[in-house]
Amino acid sequence: MVKIAFFGDRESIKGFAAVGINICPCDDLSQAKTQFKKLCSGDYGIIYITEELAAELSQEIAEFDEKFLPAIIPLPGVKNNNGIGEDRLRASVEKAVGSDIIFNK
Amino acid sequence: MAVLNVNPTRMELTRLKKQLTTAVRGHKLLKDKRDELMRQYLDLIRENKNLRREVEREVQIANSHFVRASSVMSKQALDTALLAPKQEAYLTVDTKNVMSVDIPVFSVTTRTSEASDIYSYGFASTSFELDDAVDKVSKLLPKMLRLAEIEKSTSRMAAEIEKTRRRVNALEHVMIPRYRETIRMITMKLEENDRSSRARLMKVKDMMVKQTIENHKSNPELI
Repeated sequence: MVKIAFFGDRESIKGFAAVGINICPCDDLSQAKTQFKKLCSGDYGIIYITEELAAELSQEIAEFDEKFLPAIIPLPGVKNNNGIGEDRLRASVEKAVGSDIIFNK
Repeated sequence: MAVLNVNPTRMELTRLKKQLTTAVRGHKLLKDKRDELMRQYLDLIRENKNLRREVEREVQIANSHFVRASSVMSKQALDTALLAPKQEAYLTVDTKNVMSVDIPVFSVTTRTSEASDIYSYGFASTSFELDDAVDKVSKLLPKMLRLAEIEKSTSRMAAEIEKTRRRVNALEHVMIPRYRETIRMITMKLEENDRSSRARLMKVKDMMVKQTIENHKSNPELI
């Protein structure tokens, strides 16, 4: 049994607490790295993360890409969305196929 | 193409021939694995793309509901309504094996089975905007789980495809030609040895025949 976490600024994530997702608020970007590391070593199967923070932590997230767990999934928050979720998909297609044949950008 | 550094002997030749057949068979298998992985990956990534767009749109809608709720309620009231959730979700993680890649299958169990337990507040002091937002999020949850599942699968499969492709290419363009070249080199060397020893034998035979004839000429009584 593992848990689900949502990591991001308080405004974007507090609604998800209602459905039983553990929210882990982070309003200070300088604290994000340490908080994220702690979260990853914890007992979580899925960590949703706001796109704003995902951009900040892209290197740390990449470490977990090929591991079995946790799955780290960027989702848009209320502010500073940058489309990093789709960029990650595009990078994955490029890695597997050699060129981007799905998004055509 | 570089030739392997081996002695040109018959034993090496049989060894290399065996290795070549293994390499060719391995190459065929890996190529099949790569093709099948790619087929499944492309199906998944298409689903992933559509699902991600859908989830992103719905998360944004839910967020806008929350923003609207917070505009009609005080910040404290909203926080007290949300920050003591009744519900807690647990994940059970199973694994599925797709062409030797382990991918996760998530299924969620909640602490209480009552569907209405997502509302962690009394309805009296909160606005209906909040109910809407919470309802949206709870409907979104299965899609978010599926997204996590697919996204993990695609990223792991992409890594495996890359690895397999590198192996296929190494076998096809390096190992197999190298074996072929070495086998050719050894066969030619062996044939050359064969020819030279045959030539030597013929020469020796000639010399012996000549010797006998000369002996006969000088000493005819010997016959």
